[in-house]
Amino acid sequence: MSHGSHSDGHANGHGVGHIVPVGLQFGILMLLLVLTYVTVAARWIDLGPLNIWIAMLIATVKAAFVVLYFMHLRYDRPFNSIIFIGSLLFVALFVCLALADTVTNKPRMWGGPAPAVAEIQKPAPATP
Amino acid sequence: MTQMADAVHPTSHAAVPHGDAHAHGHHPNLEHHFDSLTQQFDAGKLGMWLFLATEVLLFGGLFCAYAIFRRNHPEVFMYAHQFLDTTWGAINTVVLLVSSFTMAWAVTASQRGQRHLTSILLALTFLGGVGFMVIKAVEYSHKFHDGLMWGVHYDPAKHEHGHGHNGAHGAAATAAHGAADHAAPADHGTAGAAATAAPAASTHPEATTSVHAPETSGQPAATGAEAADLPPERAPLEPSQVALAPAGPAGLHTGGHDLHGPRPDNVHWFFGVYFTMTGLHGLHVLAGMAVIGWLFVRSVRGDFSADYFTPVDLGGLYWHLVDLIWIFLFPLLYLIH
Repeated sequence: MSHGSHSDGHANGHGVGHIVPVGLQFGILMLLLVLTYVTVAARWIDLGPLNIWIAMLIATVKAAFVVLYFMHLRYDRPFNSIIFIGSLLFVALFVCLALADTVTNKPRMWGGPAPAVAEIQKPAPATP
Repeated sequence: MTQMADAVHPTSHAAVPHGDAHAHGHHPNLEHHFDSLTQQFDAGKLGMWLFLATEVLLFGGLFCAYAIFRRNHPEVFMYAHQFLDTTWGAINTVVLLVSSFTMAWAVTASQRGQRHLTSILLALTFLGGVGFMVIKAVEYSHKFHDGLMWGVHYDPAKHEHGHGHNGAHGAAATAAHGAADHAAPADHGTAGAAATAAPAASTHPEATTSVHAPETSGQPAATGAEAADLPPERAPLEPSQVALAPAGPAGLHTGGHDLHGPRPDNVHWFFGVYFTMTGLHGLHVLAGMAVIGWLFVRSVRGDFSADYFTPVDLGGLYWHLVDLIWIFLFPLLYLIH
């Protein structure tokens, strides 16, 4: 994003692309390892339904660091970010719509294990 | 500019020897249809990101399936995830993260023209992939051995019945149930059904162990008759005899986390989801290893320089995406609370 104008004579004089220093990348690795430990340790704290959201939040933070620094997206052309974030938005749309159906239809479904086929096919009680 | 002219008339360029006729020299790695190395680099990155977007959508479908399965059957996930080994899962996460780091470092090294360092780092990244797949293979083989598999192949009894008399009892009950089916028209009481079942069972070739059950005491016979009242798939709601995976990495284990309740129906769904997601991810790891192996060969050959490292960069992007997907798979499959 910092590259408003690309030209052959690059600002840092190293040809094309942005060079991410090894020290910074090592710091990102350490951060990712700490977050991995946190997500495993968070399992032992019972927060009910919040647990999966915390796990997903930590995973998203880890993924953001990988994408921004290991994959250079922070220094890359903004259009690449649009493509990537766009794909994530479409996945979110897909999952949310599918889950919306699953969640809102729940009361109309059988609780617990579905009845056996024979029970379904059994003729209804004789109606007068 | 001559380069612009070349872009419009590529045939005219072909006649000109490389480098000589151009004002600022023609880089040997610059393809003829690009104006500059920067444009070539950006085009390559754009194509790679488009490909990665399709990969995200591919795995998005699987994550969607996971969400629906888990939402509809939380008890299956709560029960079945206990058979996954969190320690191995966490170690594999670390292995992939470290190999992602060595890959990112390899890109930096190749950007700086450090050829030998690039080769070493690519080799280390490849070894990370090997480590990941070896651990995955160990996990898979345990699942296969314990019968913890998808669909109709889910058969934990394969393992359970190998363990002493607990399993034998279950087999006796099942055999008695099968025999009671033959005796059903007689419609006796509980004890009568068992008595009828015993001679019928003796004619059954597989029922040699079950005949002993009614003889020793009346209790097992009653159990068998009760089991006979239930459909066979509902009857054995006993705790599984398959050993659980250890809980958490050493040092994190607080002990006493015995969530190991009775087995719900349809546990095979979890293992179907598990094998599909980790299997497709594993294929991506293998593909990434192939790419990195190819990059290693080219790096040793001296193909890359500070001006031309695009293949390393793009291969690295793919490897990071594989890491990215595992970052989500690990908590979703191994860390269910």
